[in-house]
Amino acid sequence: MADMVVARKEGLYCVPGDFYIDPWRPVPRAIITHAHSDHARVGHGHYLAAAPGVGILKSRLGDINIDPLPYGEPVTHNGVTISLHPAGHVLGSAQVRMEYRGEVWVASGDYKVESDGTCAAFEPIRCDTFITESTFGLPIYRWQAQAEIFADINQWWRRNADNGRCSVLFCYSFGKAQRILHGIDESIGPIVCHGAVEPLNRVYREAGVRIPDTLAASDIKDKTVFQRALVIAPPSAGGSTWMRRFGDYSDAFASGWMQLRGARRRRAVDRGFVLSDHADWPGLMQAIKASEAQRVIVTHGQIPVMVRWLSQNGWDAGAFETEYGDEDNEALVEAPALEENKPGTQVGNA
Amino acid sequence: MRDFARLYAELDETTATNRKLDALRNYFSRTPPQHAAWAVYFLAGGKPRQTVPTKLLRQYAIEYGGIAEWLFDESYHAVGDLAETIAHVLPPPKQTSDIGLAEWMTERIAPLRGAQPEKIRDALFAWWDQTDWRERFLLMKLIGGGFRVGVSKLLVTRALAEVAELDSKLVAQRLMGWTDGRAFNQNGPTSDRYMQLIAPISEDEHQLRGGQPYPFFLAHPLNVEPQTLGSTTDWLVEWKYDGIRAQLVRRTNQNWLWSRGEDLITDRFPEIASIALPEGTVIDGEILIWKTDLPASFADLQKRIGRKTISAKMLAELPAVLVAYDVLEHEGVDIRATPQASRRAILENIVNYANNPTLKLSPLITTDDWQTLATIREGSRSRVVEGMMLKRADAHYGVGRTKDVGVWWKWKIDPYAVDAVLIYAQAGHGRRASLYTDYTFAVWDTEADGKRVLVPFAKAYSGLTDAEIGKVDAAIRKTTVEKFGPVRSVKPTMVFEIGFEGIAKSTRHKAGIAVRFPRILRIRDDKLVEQADTLDVLKDMLA
Repeated sequence: MADMVVARKEGLYCVPGDFYIDPWRPVPRAIITHAHSDHARVGHGHYLAAAPGVGILKSRLGDINIDPLPYGEPVTHNGVTISLHPAGHVLGSAQVRMEYRGEVWVASGDYKVESDGTCAAFEPIRCDTFITESTFGLPIYRWQAQAEIFADINQWWRRNADNGRCSVLFCYSFGKAQRILHGIDESIGPIVCHGAVEPLNRVYREAGVRIPDTLAASDIKDKTVFQRALVIAPPSAGGSTWMRRFGDYSDAFASGWMQLRGARRRRAVDRGFVLSDHADWPGLMQAIKASEAQRVIVTHGQIPVMVRWLSQNGWDAGAFETEYGDEDNEALVEAPALEENKPGTQVGNA
Repeated sequence: MRDFARLYAELDETTATNRKLDALRNYFSRTPPQHAAWAVYFLAGGKPRQTVPTKLLRQYAIEYGGIAEWLFDESYHAVGDLAETIAHVLPPPKQTSDIGLAEWMTERIAPLRGAQPEKIRDALFAWWDQTDWRERFLLMKLIGGGFRVGVSKLLVTRALAEVAELDSKLVAQRLMGWTDGRAFNQNGPTSDRYMQLIAPISEDEHQLRGGQPYPFFLAHPLNVEPQTLGSTTDWLVEWKYDGIRAQLVRRTNQNWLWSRGEDLITDRFPEIASIALPEGTVIDGEILIWKTDLPASFADLQKRIGRKTISAKMLAELPAVLVAYDVLEHEGVDIRATPQASRRAILENIVNYANNPTLKLSPLITTDDWQTLATIREGSRSRVVEGMMLKRADAHYGVGRTKDVGVWWKWKIDPYAVDAVLIYAQAGHGRRASLYTDYTFAVWDTEADGKRVLVPFAKAYSGLTDAEIGKVDAAIRKTTVEKFGPVRSVKPTMVFEIGFEGIAKSTRHKAGIAVRFPRILRIRDDKLVEQADTLDVLKDMLA
């Protein structure tokens, strides 16, 4: 049987369905797994996305022609039955299940297996072929339970606050920021969010996710308030004039890349918190096994490593070259510090 | 060991000096002296020798972790540090351990040196069973050699001084030589030595000093016009030699020779160690290989440094001298607070008295004006020196890079420089892991048939800003021709100005020359690959 999904220069293409998944060039019909900018781009004729993510997509891409699809609800297009299932990555993130003549393919988009309370938890979907991301596809990436990480963040914040020093936590504005806000102990002090973060907080609140009260930096006239505050900002704010108002501050960065000392030291922040919205190595293995797929196609991240490992362990493994990055990585490029480069994502960009 | 692992993690994961200081104070105020002694040893820069060969560490980690060898290697390439890779790929521990740092060092790790592989394997597996991520990382660093802590000795000194309520200069003095394995007893740092380190100041402080050197006073690069320094008569001007800075200590009828890295090198330079000095003398100077009237290149000195046993032939062919700069102790009295010019007079007496060609006086260069000095400085290269040293006539001999009691300036000549082409790149380590930051540079050579080829001549990995590294890293990924493990060969497209301090003939290098301290001066975006320099340009620089 011919492959249901292939990689084209526009993006991943469902052949019988005649639509694309997260295409990077304008196409007539696109299914969007989530609203991070490397997956959701402007210029497509028609969009389909999981209902909880539509609000963010519209706010980021403007006036697009988009249909919301509730999680788990099937819709048929050109004979392909499509349904979207939670990927646990960010609000509205979805895996795309495609069934055609009894064969099932699932494209994961970005996913995380640990549930975090800010979006629907990852749901394993049985399939014949699983298209998986591989951002952290090396055995060195094993995440601590998030409760421990939040305890570390709280401790850092509390200690700074006790010393009258502002805590500035850099993280990606969409997803990571809200996950942190949802997970931290808001009783420690006031929370200030950068202008890039606050609109997304609103979307999360509207979706019913508990996000503590947040302030804008410009609202605070009394500078002493900052001494106990936690500031959530995108990495691009680091070193900008916006930072000056906080006086003496301790800075930190939250990302899966902080797992490695080298990456942490390159960042040159006081603290690195290893908090990722992607699956770690055990998480990737868990998702692949739970899919019961015989065939696995690896995209963006550690492609050669994952393909080799899967082949050696009995899977029929292959790769798609895509132009997806990862949100923290982009954040770092903006920063303008440097970050891990992932060989798998090179082809398109180079 | 858990406490030290936590301290190490705290020091490692913050760039904030205050937080590091807090962590150190915290640790020293609640750690028993036998463990604190070892901690001081490591924090002050002590480097334990490798106990277990890297090959075995890697092999057993792969076995214990139950992962394929290639997957371990891929992980290593991403991490750029063996100890960290091992700590990350091992499964979680089954137990915990309360064994303290001193026992770990003396009873567990030390006996592993030279042990049978089976015994090493059993030990590692047992230890991995009872250590968490931080402890494993530390343990692998301690066993595998190459242990380094991201904290300055100054900060460690401050923390100890605060905990012990002592003057930090006193602690700095007492800390001298702590990290040298041979200088003190073979059992390593003991609780007695730690107690001495933090003891209240005593009457016989000087007697307790033994063979300890003084903290070295360091110079600052001169970044203003020398004319702004006032009259030349306010300054003692000397050559800046390129050798090993050292102190020769004479106390209790014995000589000790210390390098600036606080290694005891008495045995390496027997001709210097045998210089007869008056009792209670400490001389600061530079070790150099001397040939007729001039110092030899650093390459010759390197041949001596590496040798533990020195043959008579080597002593004859590569004779070492100590060029004396300064005297820090005279007749058993610390004279570091005596003005530079007065110390110089004492030094001249001592050198005359010693009357030994192995102890040379660093000559003073006296002129009335800076312009003449600048002209003389132009001839530095032919004298095999790096430029000049300017020492204020009233300067005390300070501690480290301080300026509060007078200053020393180093007025160096510009480095040699050539434009070269980047041809290979390798991912860096540590902070630079997963980034291509270690580069091999080549210059043009013409083969017999007239064909121009690029010949590698130097490796360099410093001199670029993070933003520039990012740019070069991206270009390397785009222009990769081949990958061999962690190394990539790239299409020659990028030209860099490479600076270096010295150049010597070499039979070991393809280019036939070896350069000293190569580093990147700047990216030459304005130059085409074809316009890079030739090997002949380099060869012309050979003296």
